[in-house]
Amino acid sequence: MDLLRFITCGSVDDGKSTLIGRLLYDSDAVSLDVLAALEEQNRTSAAGTVDLALLTDGLRAEREQGITIDVAHKYFTTPRRKFIITDTPGHVQYTRNMVTGASNADLAIVLVDARQGIVEQTRRHTIVSVLLGIKRFVLAVNKIDLMGYSEAVFHDIVADYAAVAAQLGIKQVANIPISALHGDNVVKPSANLPWYKGPSLLEYLETVPVATEANTDAARFQVQYVIRPQSVELPDYRGYAGRIQSGVYRRGDQVLVLPAGIETTLEAIEINQQEADVAVAPQAVVLRLTDDVDVSRGDTIVPLALAPEPTRELEATLCWMVEQPLRAGHKLLVQHHTAKTRAVVQAIVGKTDIQSFAQQEATEAKLNDIVRVRLKTAQPLAADTYQQNRTTGAFILLDEQTGATLAAGLIEQTVLAEPEFEI
Amino acid sequence: MPTLPRIDYLDRLEAEAIHILREVAGQFQRPALLFSGGKDSIALVRLAQKAFRPGKFPFPLVHIDTGHNFPEVLQFRDQLAAELGEQLIVRRVEDTIKQRGLREPGGKFPSRNALQTYTLLDTIEEFGFDACIGGARRDEEKARAKERIFSVRDEFGQWDPRRQRPELWNIYNGQIQPGENVRVFPISNWTELDVWNYIQRENILLPSIYFAHERRCVVLPSGQLLAVTEHLTLDASDELTTRQVRFRTVGDATCTAAVESDAHTLEAIIEDILQAKVSERGATRLDDKISETGMEDRKRNGYF
Repeated sequence: MDLLRFITCGSVDDGKSTLIGRLLYDSDAVSLDVLAALEEQNRTSAAGTVDLALLTDGLRAEREQGITIDVAHKYFTTPRRKFIITDTPGHVQYTRNMVTGASNADLAIVLVDARQGIVEQTRRHTIVSVLLGIKRFVLAVNKIDLMGYSEAVFHDIVADYAAVAAQLGIKQVANIPISALHGDNVVKPSANLPWYKGPSLLEYLETVPVATEANTDAARFQVQYVIRPQSVELPDYRGYAGRIQSGVYRRGDQVLVLPAGIETTLEAIEINQQEADVAVAPQAVVLRLTDDVDVSRGDTIVPLALAPEPTRELEATLCWMVEQPLRAGHKLLVQHHTAKTRAVVQAIVGKTDIQSFAQQEATEAKLNDIVRVRLKTAQPLAADTYQQNRTTGAFILLDEQTGATLAAGLIEQTVLAEPEFEI
Repeated sequence: MPTLPRIDYLDRLEAEAIHILREVAGQFQRPALLFSGGKDSIALVRLAQKAFRPGKFPFPLVHIDTGHNFPEVLQFRDQLAAELGEQLIVRRVEDTIKQRGLREPGGKFPSRNALQTYTLLDTIEEFGFDACIGGARRDEEKARAKERIFSVRDEFGQWDPRRQRPELWNIYNGQIQPGENVRVFPISNWTELDVWNYIQRENILLPSIYFAHERRCVVLPSGQLLAVTEHLTLDASDELTTRQVRFRTVGDATCTAAVESDAHTLEAIIEDILQAKVSERGATRLDDKISETGMEDRKRNGYF
């Protein structure tokens, strides 16, 4: 069975949590006791009907304030497909959580309040989704009931969003009018929207092509852990455990161990202690090499022909996620999957304006800013650009002292021309 | 050229869980796998075998024992650890109660579920564990749906949902300061049904209480069935009955209810679940009903 991972995003009060509640409720994914607990709550609160948003707003503060603070994951299955929904917060101060959700999604549902149309958060969430590599979008125009199910209102918003999509190079947008509160066109088509001829939201989600794992990408594998039993039966066994990040590995491949640049041969691929001729992303495997070479956690093993050039200088886009600003000269840790190294910010190159999507000059990154920076790392990284590879083109930045996650990083360029300045 | 393997949904979940387990091994000095003898932790053990064999596990199995057990489960636990040849550490809530002078929960159904937290935190301190792997899933409960796969706890084991680290792509940040530790949930994205499908696919053995059997039970006012054990105090007014039941989860015997079932095989259990209209925790857990945010409150205080 296929799997579709999608996020729901939009501004606060656009009804994201209600929409998810509606999808779960109308597709029979809500069990009786959960419904009973909801009804109990609603008897003690003011509203008369079941508040579907309470299905996802799980934290005390969320219930008290009636908003979503953190990313929530929900799971449901229809006869046609399995879904993982990531519900992300609408409030601007929680944009970092939206970035978190988008990093693992194949599709974004951008929710817009029919009364408000496109707002700043719509643009912000769309650009974040595009930046993180999401290719498919649903523009869900919600609360259309409050605008008298008006076709004209819907078309105006669709036209406005088409301009945003064009500016960001989005090619696939499905425009769907809905009322999450009343269930119009969420699971079933609605008689209130006779002018709308397209699929309901769920029908679209069930039939949209899912991007299968990018096996056409260059083969990439990083060592997570070295298995050395050092037992009587296996005194010399050395297996390199890791997940195939992209592409295909075959027994007998000529490979390069990076960043050291040692050439050797793939002697065996093991999956659950069984030897395999071939393995593909995202399988978890153990690789054994013909030669006894020095390989440890963080090293990359790649087919010779497809090897990237290890680099100590990167140009990257960052989604900055903490209060304290980032400036040139700051030192931090780069975690490139299993490789971790110290790094210094050589320069803040610019900042993306959320309204115009234009690059502006900037000297620092503040919370929720999207900036372009130049980094120099202590150890070379076997990295790709995010355009080339959504796995090995990604990294996170950590605070050296507290270990806190400071930023999501997307590599724009791995080989730089002569640096203009040195720190 | 050999054909490429087909990767289905369960393969993806398995690969993700193995990846997470190996990240624990790669990033921490003294990890532990919390093992209760329940189906989720048994599935975790199978995933650990896939992650680390032919090597040993890079962590011991740790059981925080409430003392309110089903004997079949303890027997199963010991046998599994022996067959694996891995270290099993058991720490008892009973001992914590004595050492710390804690009060046993009173009432009719004296669950030690909440007291487990003390024993867990003491055990973490005793062994200096910096990461504890658990079998919790996001579909179990709405507070769990908000938790990260790598969940950083402060030195009091507390979870602060507002200060959670963003978890980007499948990059897991295990960088912590002294005194902090991380709870790791490799099967976060699995549903109850996924776990059962995996158990079936992998031919994983389970304690017998997961399958239908005759058992003496108390009928609770809610209609739920609670196994009669030595830990319950029964009154003359209690309605007792013998029913054909099985357990969907295994926890403290005083707060884990049984469900009526005639499912004797994995196929029948999976069929049961597909039909079931009541969620796993709702059917079987009494402690979540204490308040709307029961789980969140326990987690904030250091619970799994």
